[in-house]
Amino acid sequence: MQSALDQVLEKARQAGASRVHAIRLRIGALSGVVPDALQFAFEALADGTPAQGAQLLIEDVPARFWCATCRHEFAATRMFAECPDCHRPSAELRAGREMELTSLEVD
Amino acid sequence: MCQECGCGLPGENPVGISAHHHDHDHDHDHGHNHGHDHHHDHDHPHSHTHSHEAAVGQHRVLEVRQAILEKNDRLAERNRGFFHARGLLVLNVLSSPGSGKTTFIRETVRLLEKRLKTGVIVGDLATDNDAQRLRESGAPVVQITTGTVCHLEAEMVARALKQLDLKGLDLLIIENVGNLICPASYDLGEDLRVVLLSVTEGEDKPLKYPPLFQSAGVAVVSKMDLATACDYNREAALASLRCLAPNAPVFELSAKTGKGMDAWCEFLIQQHKAIKARDPLGV
Repeated sequence: MQSALDQVLEKARQAGASRVHAIRLRIGALSGVVPDALQFAFEALADGTPAQGAQLLIEDVPARFWCATCRHEFAATRMFAECPDCHRPSAELRAGREMELTSLEVD
Repeated sequence: MCQECGCGLPGENPVGISAHHHDHDHDHDHGHNHGHDHHHDHDHPHSHTHSHEAAVGQHRVLEVRQAILEKNDRLAERNRGFFHARGLLVLNVLSSPGSGKTTFIRETVRLLEKRLKTGVIVGDLATDNDAQRLRESGAPVVQITTGTVCHLEAEMVARALKQLDLKGLDLLIIENVGNLICPASYDLGEDLRVVLLSVTEGEDKPLKYPPLFQSAGVAVVSKMDLATACDYNREAALASLRCLAPNAPVFELSAKTGKGMDAWCEFLIQQHKAIKARDPLGV
């Protein structure tokens, strides 16, 4: 979260903003990030910065794999990378590792 | 401090890096910079009393579209370039605490002694116990103590490298902090990510911690000497590893008895050859 906050404050400073109201993030299901933990860390770190009190708006990105045999994309199942049609595991993750700072709302 | 779990809170912890040389004991105190003056200048003009009802949607929008760990990724790529230029094979070894990383690495170094010269960087929150155990193998070892940070970052590795004599090294093994969550997100610049699963942990562990196992380049099932005592279900363990990392070769071994270690060491020798072949600068 510190790295995310550093980026937020840097971008806000560059844009001449004095206050950050909202922070939009895209977080993949396989990124290892737990949104609740992120929220907790954010509140602790943002205290006393221009981002204090800002809302964290998190867009979840589900994991998606590509099956090279059936040539289609599929959403991760209970068995993760296993193709629902041919039941072969896929090694090609197409989405789900995202940890991206998308945009800010500032004044 | 990492973005996943808020570890490292509160405040900054100095990360310690130490490379004691095993063949002669120095008594000198290492200058861990605990004594810096902290400048707690709480005279910022901001007030904590005003309330901000963030009316989302009514403010200026700044498009950013930037990876959160962009800085770490950049430093990891720098490490990778440095390693490649030296023809060094680099492993990042990850697992939960207690699945046998240190013993596994120590025995790997020992068995490879005549084939590959190996150095080790080891990360823990505190103590240099693992570094001491690893030095029994005769390898140069640098310990990183992360304080409260639950994973290694590319920058810590870059700093540790300065303390490691890389001359003549073929293989660098980085033992990450024992943790199955946050280390998954931090590239260190390694060639291969080696994830350990011990037979004492439960065969479905990969399914419980998908991000880490999904990122594995190689999977090692450790402590195979305890398989019978733990009612280890081989089929289930391999199936769950295959689900998450279908392309990762799996090595089942026991560092304690040495069983299965030969195949693993041979694999590393081949990997090192491939690195050398790829890299015209390798000497």
